[in-house]
Amino acid sequence: MTSITELRTGESLQTTLSPVSRMDLIKYSGASGDFNPIHTIDEEAKKAGLPGIIAHGMWTMGNLSKLFTPYYEIGFIQDYQIRFAGMVFLNDVITLQAQLEDKTEEHLHFKVSAINQKGKEVIKGKVRFALY
Amino acid sequence: MYRDAIGKRSPKVKNVVERGLVRRFAESIGDLHPIYVDEETGKNSRYGNNIAPPTFPRVFLSGNIEGLKLPGKGLIHGEQIYHYERPLLVEEEVFCYSVIEDYYEKEGSTGKMGFLKMKRYGEDANGKLIFTEESVIIITETVRRAMQV
Repeated sequence: MTSITELRTGESLQTTLSPVSRMDLIKYSGASGDFNPIHTIDEEAKKAGLPGIIAHGMWTMGNLSKLFTPYYEIGFIQDYQIRFAGMVFLNDVITLQAQLEDKTEEHLHFKVSAINQKGKEVIKGKVRFALY
Repeated sequence: MYRDAIGKRSPKVKNVVERGLVRRFAESIGDLHPIYVDEETGKNSRYGNNIAPPTFPRVFLSGNIEGLKLPGKGLIHGEQIYHYERPLLVEEEVFCYSVIEDYYEKEGSTGKMGFLKMKRYGEDANGKLIFTEESVIIITETVRRAMQV
């Protein structure tokens, strides 16, 4: 793996997740304590006017941060800002992306997003990674 | 409808970054990295301990804000913003409280939408800031109407 500090402006960290499963969302409900049933129970999602259950926005945001986990010895996520732009449904295939926009001695600035199989951004924002 | 609540804050609540919960949380976001879950890796890291994922504060309690009533259903999570002074360490105590930062309304295609901005602060035992967590919650016209009934 290329180290994060060797990235050049415009280059990206990227990974694609397995299709979203109900078990993913059941696990996140349990771990986070967010038991809103629109994330796990079909009838509740339909009652709320949705075509089916949707992922917690925070599940996707949590997943996205893992692009940076391998680099904990050289820095940490100091600022992480996300706007929830679209819904994530069962079986969606989500690609996580962090593109280096700028770098200084102290920080790496990334534009981050999660994109579904149709190329739509479902969450987007910024990460400022502080270097030790 | 929440304008009067701006500036209100909750009492501080003590939380512990529980080891078992960090593992479960990391697993639920598909990030079972040794820095979160393996004690040896934590000990040998620059932190001298395991750390928690950046979105982990979601599980913390921060006490109720007096007089603030939110609908149980129909809220939309608009934005989420974290700031860290340093990563959270496994098994440390974190003291959390929430503040209502702002409330404003905007005219949207489905009617008037309310935007409620909450900010949570996490401090160590000496009152030194570790992180902040801001959430923007969107309250749609339909939900607003239902609440006034």
